[in-house]
Amino acid sequence: MRRGAAATGKQKIKKDITKKKLIVFAALTLILLLAAAFARYLCPYDPNEQNLLLAQKPPGVEHWMGTDRFGRDMFSRVLAGSTISVYATLVLVAVVTVTGTLAGMICGWRGGVIDTVVMRVADLFLAFPSLVFALAVAGVLGGGIQNAVIALAVIGWPKFARLARGLTMAQKEAPYLMAARLAGSSTPKLLFKHILPNIAGPVLVTAVLDIGTMMMELAGLSFLGLGVQPPVAEWGSMINDGRSMLQIAPWMALAPGAAIFVTVMIFNLLGDTLRDYLDPRQRG
Amino acid sequence: MLKYTAKRLLLLIPVLVGITFLSFAMMRLAGGDAVTYMYENAGTAVSQEIIDEARKEYGLDQPFLVQYGRWFMGMASGDMGTSYVSGRDVYDTFIEKLPATILLMLSSVLLTMAVSVPLGILSAVRHNKWPDRLIRFFSFTGNSMPNFFAALVLMYFLSVKLGWLPVVTSENTILSLVLPTLTLTVSMASKYTRQVRAAVLEELNKDYVMGARARGVSGKVIIWKNVMKASMVTIITLLSLSVGSLLGGTTIVETIFMWDGVGKMAVDAITMRDYPIVQAYVAWMAVIYVLANLASDILCHYIDPRVRLGGERR
Repeated sequence: MRRGAAATGKQKIKKDITKKKLIVFAALTLILLLAAAFARYLCPYDPNEQNLLLAQKPPGVEHWMGTDRFGRDMFSRVLAGSTISVYATLVLVAVVTVTGTLAGMICGWRGGVIDTVVMRVADLFLAFPSLVFALAVAGVLGGGIQNAVIALAVIGWPKFARLARGLTMAQKEAPYLMAARLAGSSTPKLLFKHILPNIAGPVLVTAVLDIGTMMMELAGLSFLGLGVQPPVAEWGSMINDGRSMLQIAPWMALAPGAAIFVTVMIFNLLGDTLRDYLDPRQRG
Repeated sequence: MLKYTAKRLLLLIPVLVGITFLSFAMMRLAGGDAVTYMYENAGTAVSQEIIDEARKEYGLDQPFLVQYGRWFMGMASGDMGTSYVSGRDVYDTFIEKLPATILLMLSSVLLTMAVSVPLGILSAVRHNKWPDRLIRFFSFTGNSMPNFFAALVLMYFLSVKLGWLPVVTSENTILSLVLPTLTLTVSMASKYTRQVRAAVLEELNKDYVMGARARGVSGKVIIWKNVMKASMVTIITLLSLSVGSLLGGTTIVETIFMWDGVGKMAVDAITMRDYPIVQAYVAWMAVIYVLANLASDILCHYIDPRVRLGGERR
């Protein structure tokens, strides 16, 4: 580590660039979220309206992404699909983050038997290929987006539990916490008012970086027919739908695929930049 | 060494019991077992007696814990029951399909290593220069691509547009191995290149590298003789951890390319609620995953004796 005026100046410039990048990617994410939220009103055509006369039209002026085999407008379907694909993923990540963090904080705080039991269960999940288990769970629960979310939530929380536990244990010994304790703060107050804000950064970064992975796994389950059921528009199931038409109408699979690709990329860029911004030392 | 291996293998038992118990419990909780499903599928209305009879035959009328205990003891002795759908022995079906999946996994792992180790090193050595930026761009792109989409893109360009490869084949041939391997490699190599790069970068910043440079050792020798050897441990450990996502990936990729391995079998079994096959699949995958990690630990110990085998891994 070099110290001195020149080095700090350089670091400041780097941090400023990171800040600008963060604003750009946050804005992109916001646009994406708004588009997904108001997709219904933005669609140029009804995403479920069939018109066999227009079936399998290649992308053109009328239909930007072409039409599928029932003559439904692909662009409208991709747009409509964003609502489920994006928000189901966000719900999933939120559930996993909250439950995992809560479990981890309690384990780190209390220690003892609860800690041992919960962490052994977490290890069990971490020691197992996640998608394999999610497949089994989703298969058992049957199709449907709720069940796919549940399946991925079951295997997703241990990561956050481990992270939050370690961070909580590190904070537990901090002098400020001792001061708060001596001032007579209750346990919930210590946990949520003092510890939580101090561990929120790394948890948030992990959560944002997880969005992309979760979105791909959720779409993967739909792709295998274990998520959203047709005719509802969702990216994973749309790709599955277009798979058999790859030779005749490739846009049917490639359009929703590109949508997932771009969305995941935006979330990954946001996560990477957020990590650099909050913790410049971790830069790869 | 033997003691350590035995200890790790013993640790496999709680993992297996836990995972199989959970999946077993969920399958029973889900309601609607294979018997009802079987008859529903056949489209014939059958009387309750026939259903009860079939349930008895499969042992589905027993209490849950008895069913689980029976299944687990059976599995321990190599008997995994019979498939509800095909009526065939689950163990035989598995042994028949496992080589195809292992072949696919091996070819993907080898190709991933062949691609990402040189690229990761190049990226680390040319840190923040254009080769690094280019490699980072591609690994980032590959990381944001779900493997089923990568599969379709590859299929579209290599098979449909260029016609170099068959789109789907009914048999497992060397030619039909190419696309599934490439697909799995795309997602694995993009993650892995980043990790190799980070490992080599960390090693390059150590004092001994500067010492070697100061003594006039050439850059090539430092990279291949010292840095590579030191980073090998990280590289192998990370590779063994990615076996987990590889196992998940094979289900999707095998389904897309009609590759007749255990992944495709599992997906088919899940849609048909063929519990014995799903159960066996989950158990087998846990075994393969744990064994791969064990093998990597032992390998790391041989490469770098400083890595202690008895110690805590986390």
